Amino acid sequence: MTVTPLIAGDIAKKVIRKEPLFILDVRNEDAFKDWKIEGESVQHLNIPYFDLLDGVEHILEQLPTDRPVVVVCAKEGSSILIADMLSEEGRNVHYLKGGMKAWSEHLEPAKIGDLKEGGTIYQFVRIGKGCLSYMIVSGGEAAIVDATRMTEVFTAFADELGVKITHVLDTHLHADHISGGRQIAEKTGAAYWLPPKDASEVTFAFKPLEDGQIIAVGKSKMKIQPIYSPGHTIGSTSFIVDDAYLLSGDILFIDSIGRPDLAGLAEDWVDDLRVTLYERYRALAEELIVLPAHFMIIEELKEDGSVSEKLGTLFAKNHGLNIADEKEFRKLVTDNLPPQPNAYQEIRQTNMGKITPDIETQREMEIGPNRCAVR
Amino acid sequence: MIQTDMKLDAKGLACPMPVVKTKKAMQQLSPGQVLEVQATDKGSIADIKAWAQSAGHQYIGVHEEEGVITHYLRKTAGEEAEAKRFPHVVSNEELQAVLAVDEDVQIVDVRESAEYAFGHIPGALSAPFGELEAVLRSLDQETSIYVICRTGNRSDMAAQKLAAAGFRNVKNVVPGMSGWNGSIQKLMN
Repeated sequence: MTVTPLIAGDIAKKVIRKEPLFILDVRNEDAFKDWKIEGESVQHLNIPYFDLLDGVEHILEQLPTDRPVVVVCAKEGSSILIADMLSEEGRNVHYLKGGMKAWSEHLEPAKIGDLKEGGTIYQFVRIGKGCLSYMIVSGGEAAIVDATRMTEVFTAFADELGVKITHVLDTHLHADHISGGRQIAEKTGAAYWLPPKDASEVTFAFKPLEDGQIIAVGKSKMKIQPIYSPGHTIGSTSFIVDDAYLLSGDILFIDSIGRPDLAGLAEDWVDDLRVTLYERYRALAEELIVLPAHFMIIEELKEDGSVSEKLGTLFAKNHGLNIADEKEFRKLVTDNLPPQPNAYQEIRQTNMGKITPDIETQREMEIGPNRCAVR
Repeated sequence: MIQTDMKLDAKGLACPMPVVKTKKAMQQLSPGQVLEVQATDKGSIADIKAWAQSAGHQYIGVHEEEGVITHYLRKTAGEEAEAKRFPHVVSNEELQAVLAVDEDVQIVDVRESAEYAFGHIPGALSAPFGELEAVLRSLDQETSIYVICRTGNRSDMAAQKLAAAGFRNVKNVVPGMSGWNGSIQKLMN
């Protein structure tokens, strides 16, 4: 029987379309518990490859024949070995090309909407890790917000649209993933914007984002307006695009809110977070479409694979926006913090330009789930 | 220098080969022997340990230096099931109490040198069970000797040997290093 490789994009599309899929994850149990390919239509079986070296006959009856079976491991080597063994036992199986590393790096673009004066806003969904990046295109120019380190995806996308990248922005100094912003700016000559309060230690030149400033994209009236919104980091900044979209960074998510502790300052920043969510955001139009920098669970993806919600709807439904008592709010965001992201200190150092790990090390640093929120 | 019974070079090999080769090498060892595996694949750090646990072998420890990851594993000896026969036994806690007041005691650690390297009681003499006889000659037969291993079985056999060789004041420490809460010295991190 045959072994067919699937690329991460094939699996991402199946997850978004909710097509039945069976994942035989052959990584060790701790790695599987830490993070895995998730989806409403995805079933899993975790048996480490080293427990299958003597044969796979005993697991055959646990593998369905009515849906694709994909063998998955960290890089792909073990999954090919096990897929070949299953094939010899008469099964048609797939393996994930590049393994969980490729899954972690895959970006799936989705169109969010058109802009009033012409132009479009796109979202890039890093489905394996939960990061969301944005490209705002207008009048032959493009701005990129919260780019991941897979920079060629963004530059190739801009090339395909025939637009020039003129601005690159990060809502804050990221701690869960390595920013591609600086690299894109260097490659394209675009301006690189950072919140100055998050960038006090960076080793490179940048343009400071300031409250109320207007950054134009293209010749149309499309504009990005930064609003200072501390809480996740001291400098966290949100953007209002085209008076219609609120890019909320790691401050507000669809079903959760930002965590204030990744620089070790939960107690200090919890008040900033509350003021941002309960006063600054309250003052904004409820019609704004919130576009966060992360999704937390796969259920947040819409039919088309994108992630967004009206600000008014979040005020009604997001638990983190509906805690009247300040003490209770403080308790939620300081007592219930999930484990910190893998290598978050090194990731912050990298994003400040203080260290420059090689690509293999950068991959290792980012492995694992995103953990930027409290629910 | 850690003495091992076999060395496996898995440097430059990608997953799954370090585990596949480790499994094969372990099949060639006798129970109780120690294998040293050198690898460069970072995934081997979690996987060789997880494999050893799943296969029932003792994972002694791992040491990383200049990009080379060195694993130490000991083949299961089935020793946990054996009955202890040496009559003079002390608990870990009793030994700790003795160490607190009496400096004139000799601890003899009969585990393999790799096990000793990854953590032993300060001042303990390393005397792997197979080399016990050579070490015996350096000891005074009148000294208080506390024999220790991981779970109390190898030390049980060693204590019997010591008594048979004329040592008058020998005790077996149970359970031994697997349950040791006192201070620890390491040659390896």
